[in-house]
Amino acid sequence: MTDLDTESTAPAVQDSVASTAPLLETRKLTRHFKVGRGLSRKLLHAVDDIDLTIDRQEIVALAGESGSGKSTIARLLAGVYHPTSGEIFYQGRPVSAMRSRREQLAYRGDVPMVFQDPFSSLNPAFRVSHGILRSLKLHRPELSRAQRFEEAERVVEAVGLSPAGDIMHRYPYELSGGQRQRIGFAQALAHKPKLILADEPVSMLDVSIRIGLLNLMSELRRTEGVSFLYITHDIASARYVADRLMIMYAGHIVESGPAESVLADPKHPYTDLLLGAVPDPRAPLSVAVEGDTGEPPKVIDPTPGCRFRWRCPLVVDECHTTTPALRLLGTKHEAACHVAEPDAETVSTGE
Amino acid sequence: MSAIVAGTATPAPSASRRPRGGLFRAILHNRKAMLGAGLLILFCLLAAFPHLFVPWLHGDPQAIGDLPLQQPSSKHWLGTTGLGQDVYAELIYSTRESLIIAVVAGLGATILSVIIGVSAAYLGGAADNLLSMMTDIFLVLPTFPLIIVLATYAGKGNLTVIIVVLILTGWSYGARQMRAQALSLRNRDFLESARVRGERRSYIIVVEVLPTMISLIVANFLGAALYAVLTAAGLQFLGLGDPNSLSWGTMLYWAQNQGALVNGLRAWALAPGLAVALLGVSFALLNYAFDEISNPALRPVRRRRARQH
Amino acid sequence: MHGNTEGKPILEVRDLTVEYDTGGGRPVVAVDSVDLDVHAGEFVGVVGESGCGKSTLLFAIAQLLSPPAAITGGSVHFQGQDLVAMNEKKLAALRWRDYSVVMQSAMNALNPVKSIGSQFKDAIMAHNEPVSDERPAEVMRLVGIDPIHLKSYPHQLSGGMRQRAMIAMALLFTPDLIIMDEPTSALDVVAQRSLMVQIKELQQRLGFAVLFVTHDMSLISHFSDQLVVMYAGQVVEFGATRAVFDEPAHPYSKGLLDAFPSIRGPKQPLTGIPGSPPNLADPPSGCRFHPRCPVAFADCPKIEPELYPVGAVQARCLLHAPGRSQPAEPAREVTS
Repeated sequence: MTDLDTESTAPAVQDSVASTAPLLETRKLTRHFKVGRGLSRKLLHAVDDIDLTIDRQEIVALAGESGSGKSTIARLLAGVYHPTSGEIFYQGRPVSAMRSRREQLAYRGDVPMVFQDPFSSLNPAFRVSHGILRSLKLHRPELSRAQRFEEAERVVEAVGLSPAGDIMHRYPYELSGGQRQRIGFAQALAHKPKLILADEPVSMLDVSIRIGLLNLMSELRRTEGVSFLYITHDIASARYVADRLMIMYAGHIVESGPAESVLADPKHPYTDLLLGAVPDPRAPLSVAVEGDTGEPPKVIDPTPGCRFRWRCPLVVDECHTTTPALRLLGTKHEAACHVAEPDAETVSTGE
Repeated sequence: MSAIVAGTATPAPSASRRPRGGLFRAILHNRKAMLGAGLLILFCLLAAFPHLFVPWLHGDPQAIGDLPLQQPSSKHWLGTTGLGQDVYAELIYSTRESLIIAVVAGLGATILSVIIGVSAAYLGGAADNLLSMMTDIFLVLPTFPLIIVLATYAGKGNLTVIIVVLILTGWSYGARQMRAQALSLRNRDFLESARVRGERRSYIIVVEVLPTMISLIVANFLGAALYAVLTAAGLQFLGLGDPNSLSWGTMLYWAQNQGALVNGLRAWALAPGLAVALLGVSFALLNYAFDEISNPALRPVRRRRARQH
Repeated sequence: MHGNTEGKPILEVRDLTVEYDTGGGRPVVAVDSVDLDVHAGEFVGVVGESGCGKSTLLFAIAQLLSPPAAITGGSVHFQGQDLVAMNEKKLAALRWRDYSVVMQSAMNALNPVKSIGSQFKDAIMAHNEPVSDERPAEVMRLVGIDPIHLKSYPHQLSGGMRQRAMIAMALLFTPDLIIMDEPTSALDVVAQRSLMVQIKELQQRLGFAVLFVTHDMSLISHFSDQLVVMYAGQVVEFGATRAVFDEPAHPYSKGLLDAFPSIRGPKQPLTGIPGSPPNLADPPSGCRFHPRCPVAFADCPKIEPELYPVGAVQARCLLHAPGRSQPAEPAREVTS
């Protein structure tokens, strides 16, 4: 697992030194919200016991429907929410141990976020360069004013907006949705980040523009060496851009593994359901999922047991009593299901 | 989930904000704005250069004259008061004090409502509860009796006292609006974006939030100024102002006191009231106009018949 | 497939033009001379991205436009009568009985302070029909909701159920045509899928026609009989759905189809369509798509193309104009 002693916390410009700790790791990360009025003690379990890892220069997709908890995870990692329990480890160090403003700022500098709605993610009262310049001021204080402008132009060019000088002078309402999202990425890039949290960055854009931004993410991974946590409800786009894919349901990660493995050989029945529902114009309509009209539940004061059991075609008794944990069922391919079959190779080599 | 952001019904890129340099042009196109601005400019000129409008006057506009209680005539356009003072001259010179009250009290009330409202929204928790309770108390207090009591006991006749009293009674309405607006803005992505990049809370409030609330703040100021004008006139009419001061409310006081209407001196009785009303109207018009300029959905639509080909 | 395409269409839109009054300056033409036919029992999908005019078209057909938008030309013949020329009274008689509308977001269309059942009853009473509990319960069952939910308020139902309730309301008088404006865009993929299947089933059972507007081309591909592709206020391609999908004749349709990554089959790099939709206050000269078109040639900025037949579809592209030879090479590089 992680080796806490060998990690340096100073943000390195080019992290070419291979280290044993993953870039970011969570252990049993949990977040609950109080719901109901007055003295009611009901708890909404937004996310429970999340164990995930993200490595350097990797694009990890977190897919799920609304209410699955994927946005909550983004906000936990960005520091907007504090975990109810569990821990986030960044470069081996627990984030909760970062008390000083300097350390917290360093973490925020390394792990910025890109938001979903291009029409509200930029302050309408300022030119679009405002956020970029502020990011530079906060996270790269060594730059002079002139250098900040230069760097701002560089990141605006890097996200494909040209001419940078002209674009930077505009107000948000003068740019299209796709252009505003690129500015969102530019703001994140200004931090010289290690990991960009992208919360449904293309969901609100037109289809013909999405590909451009997804391609941008791949390119940035290559040219700037940055990892992405790509949160989405669109499995097809997750497949297009991600190395690894994690599927969330009702606050749990139910399946995780290399994108191609998960899609070619889904182990969890929910993944099956999801894949069957995705319309693919080139493929004929699959009829497997006619009966299911369900939607993911809001998890309030849950009892133990698999949260998918009400909709699952493969449910057995154990599903009602014990919450399944993620277990290895293939090469780096895990699923949280009592009924799922491991690959042949995994059985013979043990877990 | 994700509603694709269609251009709703308007095909043009979403220009929900008026173009920056176009404010002047926007005012020119809007009838209410032109009228309101015109009136306000007139009043400002009256306040700044009253002698331009009463060129024949040398000395004190309140100088006692020989002919009391005169009807309007070519010498005294609006007649004279019970002490022979020229009503028209008094009217013009009173503009200054009324305008000062409106602007200072309006500004004070607005600043206070912004500070309290926005702080309540951003501090949240116990602080919010406390500030909101305070706002609600002030909102619910019967203001006019309160004003009368305060003005009487705090030093009758002092202009400063009147202004302070107006500020204290006028801030609570705006504070609720500010708090509501700030709360609704709190979850806008650009504010979360500022939080996530590590900005301090004070920075976020002052630099990121307030500029987006400018519309509401200006509207609030116009409303508060209107309130101040009308209430000040009311207070002075009741005799709680300085009876020797030069203001419309005081003129009304004296007109009442000396039985202007009873004596058939309609001009003296009505003119100061009309002046107050006009100043109020100018603020109100500007308020409407400002709303319409910043929110195109409120603009009056000229209906056109569909041409049939 | 389904629908009687031989008979006379129940909805005939000819040359429909909708303009927005911008208050000084040229009006913006949001819908430009659109022709559209819907036959009895047919499912017609209208697809396009933001600003293409599809929603405006829908509202215009349903006679729901309000100023500053107005129909400035063309006709909408529904079952032989021109809706554009009708007054409110006649329209009111037709509405909901013969055609009904399902909006994009049920939360916006349903009254949040009234129960579902009472809203259904309102609709029934508005048409001077006797009010009973029978019909509301019947339509709720049709869409797969337990009639007990007639007592519920909109916020008590899930998103998918609300949309179904909207559809149930649209079915109260078994209209001949239901117009739907992106009813699935606020739903998750599983709920979307099951709602579409439900709509299709109901259509086959009750025989009504559907005019369905969406931006989600891949979703509509499995359900519509005819497909209409819109761009910048014009119809740029239309035909039988499978024909449009298998052999898109217009470069925009082709680009749009290519912009959908697939979850099966080999992973390919895609390019999408560079640039953004034009400003309709000042559209490009000639063909409106030419600034973004990968195969534009010299004539494209000069001549406005008509809809030309191309095999089983029609496309608004000069490449298919009769008597025109194939272009030698593209006019210039397309930059993003």
